[in-house]
Amino acid sequence: MKGEDGVGKRVIMTGNDAGAEAMRQINPDVVAAFPITPQTELMHKFAEFVADGNVKAEFVLVESEHSAMSATVGAAAAGARAMTATSACGLALMWEILYVAAGTRLPIVMPVVNRALSAPINIHCDHSDTMGARDSGWIQIFSENAQEVYDNLLQAMRIAEHPDVLLPAMVTFDGFIISHTAEVLDVLDDAAARKWVGDYTPRNPLLDCANPITFGPLDLQDYYFEHKRQQVEAMSHVARVIREVGRAYGELSGRAYDLLEPYSLDGADLVIVALGSSCGTAKVVVDELRKQGRRVGLLKVRAFRPFPYDEVAAALRSAKAVAVLDRSVSFGGAGGPLNIEVRSALCGTDARPGLVNYLYGLGGRDLSMEHVRTVYADLETVAAKGTPKDSVRFLGLRE
Amino acid sequence: MPGLKELSKRQELMSPGHRACAGCLPMTAMRQILLTAGPDTVCGCATGCVEVVTTIFPYTAWRTPFIHNAFENSAATISGVEAAYRSLRKQGRIDRDMRFIAFGGDGGTYDIGLQSLSGAMERGHRMLYVCYDNEAYMNTGIQRSGGTPRGTQTSTTPVGKVVPGKTQYAKALTEIMIAHNIPYVAQATPGFPKDLSDKVEKALATDGPSFMNVLAPCPRGWRYEMEESMEISRLAVDTCFWPLFEVESGKVRVTRKPKEKIPVVEWLKKQGRFRHLFKDENRHIIDEIQREVDRNWEWLLKREELSGS
Repeated sequence: MKGEDGVGKRVIMTGNDAGAEAMRQINPDVVAAFPITPQTELMHKFAEFVADGNVKAEFVLVESEHSAMSATVGAAAAGARAMTATSACGLALMWEILYVAAGTRLPIVMPVVNRALSAPINIHCDHSDTMGARDSGWIQIFSENAQEVYDNLLQAMRIAEHPDVLLPAMVTFDGFIISHTAEVLDVLDDAAARKWVGDYTPRNPLLDCANPITFGPLDLQDYYFEHKRQQVEAMSHVARVIREVGRAYGELSGRAYDLLEPYSLDGADLVIVALGSSCGTAKVVVDELRKQGRRVGLLKVRAFRPFPYDEVAAALRSAKAVAVLDRSVSFGGAGGPLNIEVRSALCGTDARPGLVNYLYGLGGRDLSMEHVRTVYADLETVAAKGTPKDSVRFLGLRE
Repeated sequence: MPGLKELSKRQELMSPGHRACAGCLPMTAMRQILLTAGPDTVCGCATGCVEVVTTIFPYTAWRTPFIHNAFENSAATISGVEAAYRSLRKQGRIDRDMRFIAFGGDGGTYDIGLQSLSGAMERGHRMLYVCYDNEAYMNTGIQRSGGTPRGTQTSTTPVGKVVPGKTQYAKALTEIMIAHNIPYVAQATPGFPKDLSDKVEKALATDGPSFMNVLAPCPRGWRYEMEESMEISRLAVDTCFWPLFEVESGKVRVTRKPKEKIPVVEWLKKQGRFRHLFKDENRHIIDEIQREVDRNWEWLLKREELSGS
């Protein structure tokens, strides 16, 4: 079946398959892979593409995620378009090299299938893995469903490789909830997708023996700081590029993207701010409550790095009460990482909504519609009485 | 195989002016290896002395493409570079033959980088991995590694009232790499430059992974005078502490058999790191080291005989 725009088709895919499909169309030069649940099926699918000769990638099946990221860095420095994918402990094992990828300004795109970090060991979804990498210098884009996994990966290539950016990007999606759930989505046809992604011309590739350059030199007190300043500058361009790419992708596919997705925010007094698949659940509840005449809305954060502080503050300007849902904990911090950012966004503005943070869904605990209804009910009280003393709460927890 | 005279006429690919200590044999090894390998060689190096002394920004001593990533991933990094090369070559985006060498010190190879090395060799990348083995973590201040010999005084195995230096023997890294069944494995040292160069030539001609363990004496860590480096390198071979040999598709060949096998004590006594072994209460350690050297050497000769070389 043709999509509305006539450049694609409608398919049923899991989030992992949608990720693999995007990677097939991106058709990178090198893919390194190491298995970890729940990312596994994405790479199984990609391995089938390799086995059938449907992609050109050299497929490097490494012995750890540390080597997956190390080989990806090597391949990207060499001048290749290079990708890998991981989850949870695998991302944690890459940690050191995430910083190398960003500091070396390599536009690697990596799907990260969100999963809880050990201990205790747990294979299900939360955001503790990517949240720990939020200061690594990678762009972080969250996905609500399989459609967004696909769309975000295609956009991430253009964002990461933009000459004003040249930074690595992770496209995250919730383990099992998105990765293993079949959904209907629209995909571009191969020609349109490949034209969208375009050819990649690396700057200063390592494999240019006629013009040899040194990657990864020792950079001491006299230069390191300036190089980090350049990295800050590169990241400062990302928000603009995400918006430009999101608009252009909308023209191509009919699905435009921005840093944030405001949902029913017009005239909303009570607002939930969230990331990932929970936004889908919250949207259903918002529709239900709006039909009952209640002034509720949702602010979905798509770009977590760079975090759109001004845009979040503007979106929450007229809210009376805001609940931030965090699927990970900043132990010893102000609740969860998203809460910390939303509080920062409101600091220095006139907006002073009542603010409450819910830690939910750790280790794959389900977020039900009833939970979301409870949050909106709580927000009625917060709107009336202001930020409560117990402003960090647990949702769906047995106590 | 190019002779030393021919090698001496080639373009130096390691520029002078790097910041290695005088008498540093790891850097002599680099120079010999690069002269053999030639300009279309892409090199990587683990964090360590060689990386630090050759790449202090904004300078670099490398006249070939070079990449440093981190401490434990020199092999994985070059495996990614080589995979990129294969991909781009296949697509017609690169049209020249290139060779790939990953370097690491003994810390970056015997210890923290062993997994990365093992994986890269098992995957069969066409790359040479060279361990420049100076038998301790020299860059961080002479701490013991899995490659440090028994009895050595290091910063983390100091000679105290009850402990006489490192109590363990070095890990048999070269044997571990032979057990990977890769097409080419060799041991070398810069004191025998023609032998080293020939092995690099063979390794780079191998259509698959190859590994060389290069003993690279360090005057600061081993505590001897800088002008003695080459002599100490050669003595390691002629005492059979560091046999020169290669294993080509399973076939063992000893590339230097000393006419007279010198007792290992002659090598030990030249180095301050072993000085304490010459006290009466530690002399038995020298005897034990000699027995270990003898046992390894006999076993090597036996294997050479068994493999019909």
